[in-house]
Amino acid sequence: MSGKPKLHYFNGRGRMESIRWLLAAAGVEFEECFLETKDDLTKLQKGGSLLFQQVPMVEIDGMKMVQSRAIGNYIAAKYNLYGKDLKERALIDMYVEGITDLNELLMSHTFQPADKKEQHFATIVDKATNRYFPVYEKVLKDHGQDFLVGSRLSRADVQLLETILMAEECKPDILAKFPLLQSFKARISNIPTIKKFLQPGSQRKPPLQEKDVPKVMKIFH
Amino acid sequence: MSGKPRLTYFNGRGRMESIRWLLAAAGVEFEEFFFETREQYEKLIKDGVLMFQQVPLVEIDGMKMVQTRAILSYIAGKYNLYGKDLKERALIDMYVEGITDLMQMILMFPFSPPEAKEKTLDSIKERATNRYFPVFEKVLKQHGQDFLVGNKFSWADVQLIEAILTVEENIPGVLSEFPLLQAFKIRMSNMPTIKKFLQPGSPRKPPADAHYIETVSRILKM
Repeated sequence: MSGKPKLHYFNGRGRMESIRWLLAAAGVEFEECFLETKDDLTKLQKGGSLLFQQVPMVEIDGMKMVQSRAIGNYIAAKYNLYGKDLKERALIDMYVEGITDLNELLMSHTFQPADKKEQHFATIVDKATNRYFPVYEKVLKDHGQDFLVGSRLSRADVQLLETILMAEECKPDILAKFPLLQSFKARISNIPTIKKFLQPGSQRKPPLQEKDVPKVMKIFH
Repeated sequence: MSGKPRLTYFNGRGRMESIRWLLAAAGVEFEEFFFETREQYEKLIKDGVLMFQQVPLVEIDGMKMVQTRAILSYIAGKYNLYGKDLKERALIDMYVEGITDLMQMILMFPFSPPEAKEKTLDSIKERATNRYFPVFEKVLKQHGQDFLVGNKFSWADVQLIEAILTVEENIPGVLSEFPLLQAFKIRMSNMPTIKKFLQPGSPRKPPADAHYIETVSRILKM
């Protein structure tokens, strides 16, 4: 038993990536156990490790945690990335939930049928540039601080950077109208733990390739 | 300014109902503003009141809170329904998230086309009886306590009683294989604040009807 958190998921981003980001940002080393086939998932289910028969599952502090939000909440609180009081937590929660909505939109792009992809792409760009990014640009503008909440690194900053980078993979100049988000991106990327996570060889996962979609679908369907 | 939380939503359950349940369970009185027209919705957006241009919106403690989970977490934290420490919170979060996945299926059910409704209902029944309810039956069996977490009333209990009653509206007898959940349901229903919420005239909303579906679809341009 290494004492390190152990992540159970397929070898890709999906719903586990935000958890990898959070652990990495907190400077916490973790192990990973990758599901390759449906059998791997079935084995975990039959073994009673998955509360609702689903992954992500993270073994941490004697618990087998499931549900990405529950896991994210626990890690954020444990490693002091969740603000100093209820009101800061409320802000962080609002910001993270908004980013998560955008994140889901980005993640679902690879799974769109060919005839829907172009429209889906347009929706992503529209939502990112008209609904989500303006909110965070304004937050940074209004308080002029380096971090989204409480003048301190929190989970909201980590998740926002993650989503910005994913959005840029989709459309490289997507931050064109958001100068404060551009400097935010540079600033947060340079935080030592995050800088390390952004380097090759880290546990950060690449975007899902179209050719890998059938394999992922087979595990879960 | 009354100091009471103020809820802005459609006059129906949707994503606001869990919030109404939690406030009611905590014994907190609240006010409500209901949309009827697209113009009202657009005005809120134009006024910059909706952070992500969406409802639910809850004005509470000087904040204009959006995002259902953020709102629920705040209420749970404020009114001591979130466990005593990080580990109890982790359990509550896991249970609530699981129940929310089941509730999501029910949330979307009124908006599914007529030809898909029977199949959707079957899916809900399958998930409820094979994936979700067994978990909570087992939790109650293993610790033998009245409440899901920490021997104390929490957000998880409120979310579960809401889910049980809502699923039962569509699938009566869904609890037939779950004796402990049946007892849980009675026990929770008899807690004073919840009992009050379950009585006619409370802020609890009825299931979606044709008018609600039409209003939501029109305002959200679904």
